[in-house]
Amino acid sequence: MSEIDKDTVAKIARLARIKVADDKLAPLAGELNNILGWIEQLNEVNTDDIGPMASPVNAKLRWRDDVVTDGDKQEDVLANAPRSEFGFFGVPKVIE
Amino acid sequence: MSNYSIQGATGDFEVVIGLEIHAQISSKAKLFSGASTEFGAEPNTQVSLVDAAMPGMLPTINGECIRQGVRTGLAIGAQINNFSVFDRKNYFYADLPQGYQISQFKHPIVGEGMVVVDLEDGSKKEIGVERIHLEQDAGKSMHDQHPELTYVDLNRTGVALMEIVSKPDMRSPEEAGAYVTKIRSIVRYIGACDGNMEQGSMRADVNVSVRKHGDPLGTRCEIKNVNSIRFVRQAIEVEANRQVDVIEAGGTIDQETRSFDPVKGETKSLRSKEEAHDYRYFPDPDLLPIEFDDAYVDAARASLPELPDAKRARLVGELGISDYNAAVLVAEKENADYFEAILAATMDATGKDASSVATRVANWVIGDLFGAINKAGKTIATSPVSPAQGAALIALIEDGTISGRIAKDVFEIMFETGKDAGVIVEEKGLKQVSDTGAIEAIIDEIIAANPNQLAQYRAGKDKLIGFFVGQVMKATQGKANPGVVNQLLKPKLDG
Amino acid sequence: MTELTKMTIAEARDAMALGDLTSVELTEAHIKAVEGFGATNAYIMKTPEKALDMAKAADAKIQSGNTSAMTGIPIGVKDLFCTEGVRTTACSHILDGFVPRYESSVTTNLWNDGAVMLGKLNMDEFAMGSSNETSFYGPVKNPWRATNSNRDFVPGGSSGGSVTSVAGYAAMGATASDTGGSIRQPASFTGTVGIKPTYGRCSRFGMVAFASSLDQAGSITRTVRDGAIMLESMCGFDVKDSTSMDMVVPNFEAALTGDIRGLKVGIPQEYHLADMPGEIEALWHQGIEWLKAAGAEIVDVNLPHTKYALPAYYIIAPAEASSNLARYDGVRYGLRDVGDGSSLDEMYYSTRGEGFGEEVKRRLMIGTYVLSAGYYDAYYIKAQKVRQLIADDFKRVFEKVDVLLTPTAPSAAFAFGDKSNDPLAMYLNDVFTVPASLAGLPGSSVPAGLSADGLPLGLQVLGKAWDEETVLKVSHVIEAAAGFNATPTDWWS
Ligand SMILES: [Mg+2]
Ligand SMILES: [Zn+2]
Repeated sequence: MSEIDKDTVAKIARLARIKVADDKLAPLAGELNNILGWIEQLNEVNTDDIGPMASPVNAKLRWRDDVVTDGDKQEDVLANAPRSEFGFFGVPKVIE
Repeated sequence: MSNYSIQGATGDFEVVIGLEIHAQISSKAKLFSGASTEFGAEPNTQVSLVDAAMPGMLPTINGECIRQGVRTGLAIGAQINNFSVFDRKNYFYADLPQGYQISQFKHPIVGEGMVVVDLEDGSKKEIGVERIHLEQDAGKSMHDQHPELTYVDLNRTGVALMEIVSKPDMRSPEEAGAYVTKIRSIVRYIGACDGNMEQGSMRADVNVSVRKHGDPLGTRCEIKNVNSIRFVRQAIEVEANRQVDVIEAGGTIDQETRSFDPVKGETKSLRSKEEAHDYRYFPDPDLLPIEFDDAYVDAARASLPELPDAKRARLVGELGISDYNAAVLVAEKENADYFEAILAATMDATGKDASSVATRVANWVIGDLFGAINKAGKTIATSPVSPAQGAALIALIEDGTISGRIAKDVFEIMFETGKDAGVIVEEKGLKQVSDTGAIEAIIDEIIAANPNQLAQYRAGKDKLIGFFVGQVMKATQGKANPGVVNQLLKPKLDG
Repeated sequence: MTELTKMTIAEARDAMALGDLTSVELTEAHIKAVEGFGATNAYIMKTPEKALDMAKAADAKIQSGNTSAMTGIPIGVKDLFCTEGVRTTACSHILDGFVPRYESSVTTNLWNDGAVMLGKLNMDEFAMGSSNETSFYGPVKNPWRATNSNRDFVPGGSSGGSVTSVAGYAAMGATASDTGGSIRQPASFTGTVGIKPTYGRCSRFGMVAFASSLDQAGSITRTVRDGAIMLESMCGFDVKDSTSMDMVVPNFEAALTGDIRGLKVGIPQEYHLADMPGEIEALWHQGIEWLKAAGAEIVDVNLPHTKYALPAYYIIAPAEASSNLARYDGVRYGLRDVGDGSSLDEMYYSTRGEGFGEEVKRRLMIGTYVLSAGYYDAYYIKAQKVRQLIADDFKRVFEKVDVLLTPTAPSAAFAFGDKSNDPLAMYLNDVFTVPASLAGLPGSSVPAGLSADGLPLGLQVLGKAWDEETVLKVSHVIEAAAGFNATPTDWWS
């Protein structure tokens, strides 16, 4: 599989919305390559005809009834907000 | 078949359209939380800590949303998947608290289906549905309330949506409009969605591409969140022309998302190309697969009401209503419901069977009632004349108490005052005169007073019979039974 | 009763039932112990007033005769569990000042049974770590030191505060969580008993998520009996967690019969690592001998995909984490790092760049990468398939044996900094615990001996899904046979 370069690290950081200083890109690329290189030993395993396992629980989803049981707690919802006004969360203005 | 095409300098272009309709499921509580879905509440009051994505909060699914998804699939004859999976669609946005939308990507609950749409030239066209999947709605951002801040309200966050994805089967704005109309009609019939486009309960993402006839598919643009059927048509028109202009000028179309501005009548790019999206879909590990058996699907099927196409066929085939009238009656669920109610009431009031009164009832509903409602700017839901009242009026015509002509006057008063037809007929003394003696006497008077016309009639001007009928009706203020008048008049004129 | 903090939960329960002890007395002793425990950095938040209030309520409950085994027992809570009105941060800067308006289901169960909360316990940031060195609040020091040494050792992780508080007598028990070994490995490093139940046994509601398909709450105690008591209180079906299973919670304590005659104990051959220290290998053989002597039948078994568990785990757990931690965006709670005139996107970048520590960021990057377009099948789906093979291995083996016995970790506790600069060396700590986490199976770590340096070593017992009882029963027999009664010297107070 392909080596991760600085540009790839920058791209992943952008997808993950994590600020990474320019001088950290190369060392991080090294670390990630190290880990991914180790991970690639999985390619030794024959997984033909094996289904992917998403959960250890082998069951179907339980369903709720269509009843309003929650809400009406604006104060709880906003209590920890770094910024809120008039019942809204406030974030830096989004220019669409 | 519509032959819509755009004439460019280098030739004609065909437009290829696919639609993703987001329909809000009519449930009381949200898809993954117990918060209410009611429209128009104070900000962040219909939000559970699950919707606000507080640490450690987990989704649990509302079974009603699954049921409505299945019913919608059945209503378009689609494949129902007894096994489906929720995936996470990962992206960052202020009104997406989890940092992902829970949606269905690889294994949707509903597979391929199809709807038939009616076009203005009377033809029909089949439009394929690729899939229907369940997903969460996002919250709402308000950008114009504060100079530096965007305000975020999570009331809509987590409301259940069905995304109904069509195949790229449409070739004109008209077909796309007809398709949205049909889907809206179906989901409203079955009660899966209220179809209220102004409140955002239904909105469409429109995929448009153009190509020269016979060429492979062109690059498509997606116009996001178009919120009326009229705008769907306009947006396609505008976007297709833009694409043709770009191509004719030697350019190429970039695959991108755009928005439609109905005021300016243009589409504009929403996101720059370099901001490529990578949603990193993967199965949501907080949820397990949705599974149900065939009995569950059968029960959902049994719960479906008669659907618009079937109703129309029955109206034509069993009740003898014209195809045009049937189409008008079934298009909107409220109209169809009104018609069914007034038909039943008329059968009650007259003791006649459905097929012998259906045409009169249909004509009355479409002609008199819809006319008055449109003129008054009302809807069938706010009609001042109830089905029972309308039926009573029609019954008065049917049993000869009043003539069709008088009925129109009575209806006008009913519409204004809400009074019953019988009361109005009584108060105004509008009962039809069918008494042969009385009518005969009036006929004699009229003939005596118009010797010239009589002579001309007898000289061969047959049409003058209409003149005499008119005179009789005038003399009786329209109350004379026209049948009796015709029956008595002719022998006297003929002498 | 001078040494109230040295009592076991079972002893305290019995004494309170007889009226020889009150929860207030017990709790006051523990509050004092917690006060003197600062040097270990195990507690990041103390709640003494709350503890006393709860103790009073517990005493009233005992008076009324309405008790359960955990009534009046002072415990610590891993900071991963949301506690209503008490700051909860998962030891991350990004959750600065977050005070939940809700209680996790696991702690709700404990409080309903009358347990008493002493405070919140340190941990690796978002449970990502095996040494408790990634905490925003600084590392936790293992109560244990090597013989004749003043060097500090790591307590293991991520439940470093949990094991330390229990090993150092600053809590009778502690909640913990295990994603790839975060209960069992630190228990092994501190001479405590750690039990991770079957995935789906404890509700995840209100537990800050790391990797949803792996995270499972469990207990840290000083004895197996205490573990059985505490775990039973924590477990239970919860409609608020779609992955919580509606299974009857057995009386775990009743499983401690001491009788394992005829039980089949599997010894997975793949757990014999080539470079494993001889003392770990020796301890394992000792464990085998103990169980044989108690009448169990020892069976060599194979789990052929064992070696691939760690790399599969380091795809699956970071992938889920990259999505689970997307909610920490500075909008609704916790840290917001934003300059004047910054855009929303800039706020995301700087809040998350500033708020997450290095190991968390490393894993979020890996997780984002393995899910991204073009790599999803090669990494994520591949790992899920390998996960299935690992689960199948266990399933096949558990058709033949009742439990598996292995070492808990490939080494004793190590000194600070020894592995923190080498992520891969750190990850290898979990080599014996991760496979069962991937399969969702129950497991325990029981203190079984000391290393040559005088540091505790644990043995791991793994069981079939939903068969915590046999795990506990076998653990109890090992505990009795080992007669582990060493204690750390009190250097902290
Ligand atoms: Mg879409
Ligand atoms: Zn959608």
